[in-house]
Amino acid sequence: MTDLSATVLEPELAPRSTAEERWRALRTVSRGDVVFRALLTVLALLLPLLLLLIAVELVSQAMPAVHKFGLSFLTTSVWDPVRGEFGALPLIFGTLYSSLVALVIAVPLALACAVFLTEFAPKWLRTPVATMIELLAAVPSVIYGLWGIFVLIPLLRDHVWPVLRPVLGHVPIFSGVFYGPSVLAAGVILAVMIVPYIAAVSREVLLAVPSSQREAGLALGATRWETVWGVVLPYGRTGIIGAVILGLGRALGETMAVQMVIGNRHEVAASLLQPGYTIAAAIASEFSEAVSDMHLSALFLVGAVLFVITVIVNALARLLVWRVARGSAVGSTAI
Amino acid sequence: MRGRLFRRMFGSAMTGLTYAAAVLAILPLAVIFAMLLVKGAGSINWDFFVKSAVPFGEPGGGFAHAIVGTLIMVSLACAFGLPIGVGTGVFLAEFGGGRLGFTVRFVADVLNGVPSIVISIFAWTWLVKPTGHFSALAGGAALAMILVPIVARTTEEMVRLVPNSLREAALALGYQRWRATLQVVVRTALSGIVTGCLVAIARVAGETAPLLFTALGNEFFSTRLNGPMAALPLQVWRYALGPYDEWHREAWAGALVLITLVLALSLIARAVVRAKRQHA
Repeated sequence: MTDLSATVLEPELAPRSTAEERWRALRTVSRGDVVFRALLTVLALLLPLLLLLIAVELVSQAMPAVHKFGLSFLTTSVWDPVRGEFGALPLIFGTLYSSLVALVIAVPLALACAVFLTEFAPKWLRTPVATMIELLAAVPSVIYGLWGIFVLIPLLRDHVWPVLRPVLGHVPIFSGVFYGPSVLAAGVILAVMIVPYIAAVSREVLLAVPSSQREAGLALGATRWETVWGVVLPYGRTGIIGAVILGLGRALGETMAVQMVIGNRHEVAASLLQPGYTIAAAIASEFSEAVSDMHLSALFLVGAVLFVITVIVNALARLLVWRVARGSAVGSTAI
Repeated sequence: MRGRLFRRMFGSAMTGLTYAAAVLAILPLAVIFAMLLVKGAGSINWDFFVKSAVPFGEPGGGFAHAIVGTLIMVSLACAFGLPIGVGTGVFLAEFGGGRLGFTVRFVADVLNGVPSIVISIFAWTWLVKPTGHFSALAGGAALAMILVPIVARTTEEMVRLVPNSLREAALALGYQRWRATLQVVVRTALSGIVTGCLVAIARVAGETAPLLFTALGNEFFSTRLNGPMAALPLQVWRYALGPYDEWHREAWAGALVLITLVLALSLIARAVVRAKRQHA
């Protein structure tokens, strides 16, 4: 251990050494430092390695399905494990559709919350409300699913829809009989789940808007609302878009809550009231009961599709948010 | 130009709407917690914590196997994941200025967004398929894969908050870089790091999807790390989708225990940071 504690400044430096040599000796790092840094670098390299391994493994497991179905896997809707025919269109459609519904509900709500927390709320109210919104992000998804099955679905079916039907019944996306488990139920649950994420990140973005911007807006005679709408929100636009995309990423990959309320049917239905299916929900329900190797491979292939979509969506979101709040850890706002 | 009165009224109306939005956003938390108490509290008794599941129809039975299973697998995830996560976080904060740092930071954020169901099937191909059986170890490893990116990023943020003057003071006293980092910088940031770890643990404790194809779940009490093991979220999920009212009641009770655990961890994490801030 003695050489580990050797100091940076070696006393036996020759007095005649040039300034440059002395400077180099000062910058010499000890063996302990080299070992320490190497150790941390190895640990840090594990994460990129994991991402790479996931990608490689998903692709190699999906290869049999890729060879058999090719691109038609993405465009056909037959999902018949017994006859070995697989088309993922309903899964991809359902994933995008339910997430879109969630965004339509969640974005205005989350942005209004972020604006409330940074601009309008009295000081004493800000921390408690922000804490409660962040606690919502900590609720496990299986609990949202449980709540969806036994509270939300009966509420929508027995109380909300009967009131809305005379108004919306003729709109195509609300056609058909409403039994409960549906894209609508999944979209509402997803919206509740992603509001905290979008609100928390947008709040950070709005906090990063310099107060001189607000002062300038007010000095020009704008009301407080006009300042928020015309100055603060446009200033944080990039970060807010990042926050929304981040919420989209969450919604696309959400598994348990969706699997419990969406009805799990391999069908492309435009009506929000009909059951659907998502990629994550299909993997959760079918993976452990896969009847053949091809079935398993098809599930890996949709898993790979989901992986690619979420990696792209998240990469985009991080880059957008990083432009505003440089390098800040999105999602760690729960602290 | 619209009248001043109109503009002011419009502004007030919109401000009012943001108040309404905030109420609407936190309403689900209150509603969910209230429902869990109403539907779940009635089924919680001593047996619930000390007995395992019984075949349907028999009275009694509880969640002991699931509670113990969750505790074991979360501990495993901590054992696998916390050293890697904290180490990566310290690397990012202390040496993460270059291209490697940028890449690791970016990958950590991207991994954080990879759906847990994808992690689950990956863990299956690596840890379950080769060994031929489901195991708690695989479950713990899958949870660790979710834990590491969160811990890494929160640790980085906390270590970054340590003022540079402390590092310089330690180096000026003749500390080597590694001792300065471990004994001065990390120790200063310790409460923040612990908070980040608690938040991450709260998140993985509630995860269901990563355990589906790794730990699988188990109807019996088991502490065997090399075999299938029950977990709270898995059990809640199974009972919620089951056909019996009795199962539904137990699902609500299990969910109440789960959310109490998760929210308690989150609130403790907050308290740690707050205590530190007042102390400083």
